[in-house]
Amino acid sequence: MGNEGIKSSRRKFVKSAATLAGATMGYAWLKSSHFLLYGAEPEDLSLPWYGIGIDIEKCIGCGNCAKSCKKENDVPLEPFFFRNWVEQYTVKNDGSVDIVSPNGGIDGFVQRVPDEDIFKSFFVAKMCNHCAKSPCEQVCPVGATFLSPEGVVLIDEKYCIGCRYCVQACPYGCRFIHPVKKVANKCTLCYHRLKKDLAPACMEVCPTGARIYGNLRDKESDLVKYLKEHTTQVLRPNLNTGAKLYYNALSSETR
Amino acid sequence: METYQHLYEILANSQGYIFPNEIDLQWGILIVVYPFITGLVAGAFILASLERVFKVRILKPTYQIALLTALAFLLVATMPLISHLAKPQRAYEIMITPHLSSAMAIFGFVYLWYLMVVLLLEIWFDYRHSMVVWAGEKKGFMRWVYRVLTLGVNDISPRAISWDRKLGHIITIVGIPSAFILHGYVGFIFGSLKANPWWSSPLIPIIFLFSAMVSGIALVMLVYMVISYIRKKVVDVNVLDTIGKYLFFILILDFTLESLDQVHRIYEAEESFEIIQLLVSGKLYLTLFISQGLIGTIIPLITLAFLQFYKRKIRLRKSIYFIVSILVLIGVYSMRWNVVIGGQLFSKSFSGFTEFKVGLIGLDGTLMAAFWLLLPIGILAFLLWLLPPWKMVPEEE
Amino acid sequence: MKFYIPPQIPRLALVFGIVISLFLLARHFLIPDTFGKYGPYRAAAMDDYTQLEIHYSGQQACFECHQDVEDLKATDVHSGIHCETCHGPGQKHVLSGEAADILKPSDREFCGSCHSLNAARQQDAIFQVDLKEHNVEKECIDCHNSHQPWEMKE
Repeated sequence: MGNEGIKSSRRKFVKSAATLAGATMGYAWLKSSHFLLYGAEPEDLSLPWYGIGIDIEKCIGCGNCAKSCKKENDVPLEPFFFRNWVEQYTVKNDGSVDIVSPNGGIDGFVQRVPDEDIFKSFFVAKMCNHCAKSPCEQVCPVGATFLSPEGVVLIDEKYCIGCRYCVQACPYGCRFIHPVKKVANKCTLCYHRLKKDLAPACMEVCPTGARIYGNLRDKESDLVKYLKEHTTQVLRPNLNTGAKLYYNALSSETR
Repeated sequence: METYQHLYEILANSQGYIFPNEIDLQWGILIVVYPFITGLVAGAFILASLERVFKVRILKPTYQIALLTALAFLLVATMPLISHLAKPQRAYEIMITPHLSSAMAIFGFVYLWYLMVVLLLEIWFDYRHSMVVWAGEKKGFMRWVYRVLTLGVNDISPRAISWDRKLGHIITIVGIPSAFILHGYVGFIFGSLKANPWWSSPLIPIIFLFSAMVSGIALVMLVYMVISYIRKKVVDVNVLDTIGKYLFFILILDFTLESLDQVHRIYEAEESFEIIQLLVSGKLYLTLFISQGLIGTIIPLITLAFLQFYKRKIRLRKSIYFIVSILVLIGVYSMRWNVVIGGQLFSKSFSGFTEFKVGLIGLDGTLMAAFWLLLPIGILAFLLWLLPPWKMVPEEE
Repeated sequence: MKFYIPPQIPRLALVFGIVISLFLLARHFLIPDTFGKYGPYRAAAMDDYTQLEIHYSGQQACFECHQDVEDLKATDVHSGIHCETCHGPGQKHVLSGEAADILKPSDREFCGSCHSLNAARQQDAIFQVDLKEHNVEKECIDCHNSHQPWEMKE
C-alpha cells in the first residue's frame, strides 16, 4: 500500500516534469523557427536590383579598379587577396594563350610578348558577379553569406565560421579568406557606398568608363542602356549561376 | 611578413595561370582526415550490421569490436572539422542556424542522430544486460559508472532482454541507411560543387561510400587481429576468410566505380579535361596510380582473389590478411587525398596549377591530423577496457 | 488488458527528451536577434556595412572647393576622368583640408599606367605613347597640364 503511494507520487512528478519540458521545447521551437518560413517574404520591387557591366573594348588595364578597391575596403596589399583584379590575355600567332595578372594588375601591365607574335590581346577585369542564383550562398552552412534584397551578395563577418565552402563553390575565384579577420571576404559592390548613393570605388576611378553598375529594374539606367546597345555575355553561362556581371566583347579565350 | 612567406614561395612555384585568390589551398590535410574517419565509422558499422541483420554468424567475434571501433572514431570525427575552421569558436552556429540548402549544414544533425540514436543506442541495447550484471559485481566507483550507463533500467528478465534484442535489431536496420547518409553526405559535399570538375559528379557520393566500406572492413579485420594478439588469443581464420570475402567483393565494386568515373571523364573530355589530364599525369601521379591504384587496390585485389581460390596455410593467410588490410587503408587514405587535395591543385581557370605546402604545426597542420587519427585508438582501448566484449554475459540462443 | 511496455522505452524517451529540450533551450538563447527577418541570415549584417568608413569621396566633393579645376577639366579630353582616379582616395583630404592628405602624382610611370604602349589597349580606347622614345628626360607634366592635357605649357 505504501509502495503504491510512493509510485503514484513519483509518476505525478515525472508527468509534470515531462509537461514542463514539453512546453519549453514547444515554445523554444516556435520562437526560433520563424525563419524557416522565410520563403513567404515577398520581393520588394521598390528596391534596386543591382547589376554590373564591364566593357572589354574600353578597358586599358590601368589597374586603378583593383588598386582603389584595396584602399577602400581594407584588403591586405599582399598579392594573394583580391576582391577584384585585371587579367591580360595575349593570343599568340601559334594559337597559344598567355594569361597574366601580376599583383592582380594593380601595378599595371608591361607588354611581355613582342608585337610580331601577337594575334590579339585584351584585358579582362574580374570581380564578384553577384549571382542571382549564387552557388556560394547556396553552400554556406550557417547563413553567413546571403543575397541582399538589392541583389548584392554580402558576407556577415560577425557570423562566418571560416569553413571555406563558399570559396570552393565560387566558379569565378572571387572569394578568399581574409588573413587578419579570418572570415570569408569578397567584393561587396561597395555596399557601404551604395547605401550613401556613392558609386563603388572601382567604378569611381575607372578612367575610360569601362565599368558601370546600375539598377536592372530601371529601364532608364545606364546599365540597362548598355545591355540594350551591346552584345553582352556572362562568364560560365553553362553553370547557370545567374551572374549579373555582363561583359561586352568577351572573347572565347577568356577563362 | 613571416605569415606570408609560404605564400610567396607557393606563388613562385605556381605554374600557368591561376586566379590570384587561389594561391593557398582552402581545404588541407584535416579535410582529408575527416572523410577518412567517417568512412571508417560507416564501414565498421556496415560490417557489424552484416552479423546482426543478415545473420552472418561467423562474424560474431567481431560484432562488438566493430561497434566499439565505430564509436571510438565517431567521437573524434567532429574534431578535424572544428580545428580546421578559421573561426572554431563559432562552430556551434552550424547547429543553431543550419542553412538548409547547404550539405555541410546537415552535418551537425546527421552526426548527432548517428551518434545518439544509432551507435550509442545499439551498443546500449547490446551491452545492457552485461552492464547490469557488472554493476552488481563491481564495487565502488566502477559500480556507480555501470549503474549510470544502464540508465537505471535494471530489468534483466528474459522478456526485457528479448526486447533488448528486438529494439537493437530495429536500430541496426535504421542504422544502415543512417551510416550511408553519414558518409554519403560528405561525398555529396564534393559531388555537388559545379565549380570544380574534379569533384562535380553524381558518382562521387557512391564512390566515397564504397571506399568507406572497404576501409571500415579492413580496419575491423586489422583491429580484430591486433586485439587477439594482445590478448594472446588465437585468431579464428574463418572469421578472417569471411571478412576477406566481403572485402574482396566490395573492393571490386569500388574499383569499378572509380574506373567508371575516370573512363566517363576521359570519354566526354569536356572543358576541364586537358588540365585534369595534366594533373593526373603530373602532381597526382604518385598518389593516384601508385598509392591508391597499385598499392591500395590492385595488389589487394589480386591477393584476395588468390586467397578465394587457393587456400594456403593458415599462418600465411593471416599474415596476408594483415598486410592487405594495411594496404587497403593506405589506398583509401590516398583516395581521400587525391579527391580533396587534387581538386584544389588546379586552378578554376583550367590554365594553371598551384602547390600544396602542408605545415607541420598549427591547428591545420600534419601533427594535428596525426593526433586526430591516433586519438581514436586510445579511445578504443579505453572502450574495450570499459566494455570488454569477451566478458559479456553469453547470449542464450 | 495490461499493455506491456518494455522498460527501456520510457527511460530512453526521458533521456532523449531532456537532451532535445536542453538543445532547444540553448538555441533559443544563442540565435542572433535579427536572424530570419529577410531570409536565412542575420539582417543586421546589412547595417554593419553602413557603419564602414569610406575612403573615396566622389568628385562632387572635390568640386565643392576646386571649382576652377572642374571648369578646366571639362574643356579637354580628361573630362570623363574622376579626380580620385589620379589623386587617390580623397575623403581624408575632404575632412581635413590638408594638402598632405591627398596624392599629387607627377612621375612618367604614373601617366604611363594608362598611356604607355601596350598591344592589349585598343587604339580608340586611349591615346598611347611610347615612353621609351617620347621626351625621356622630362616629366609628362612639364609640358602637359593634367587637367587640360592638349594645352601645352610651352
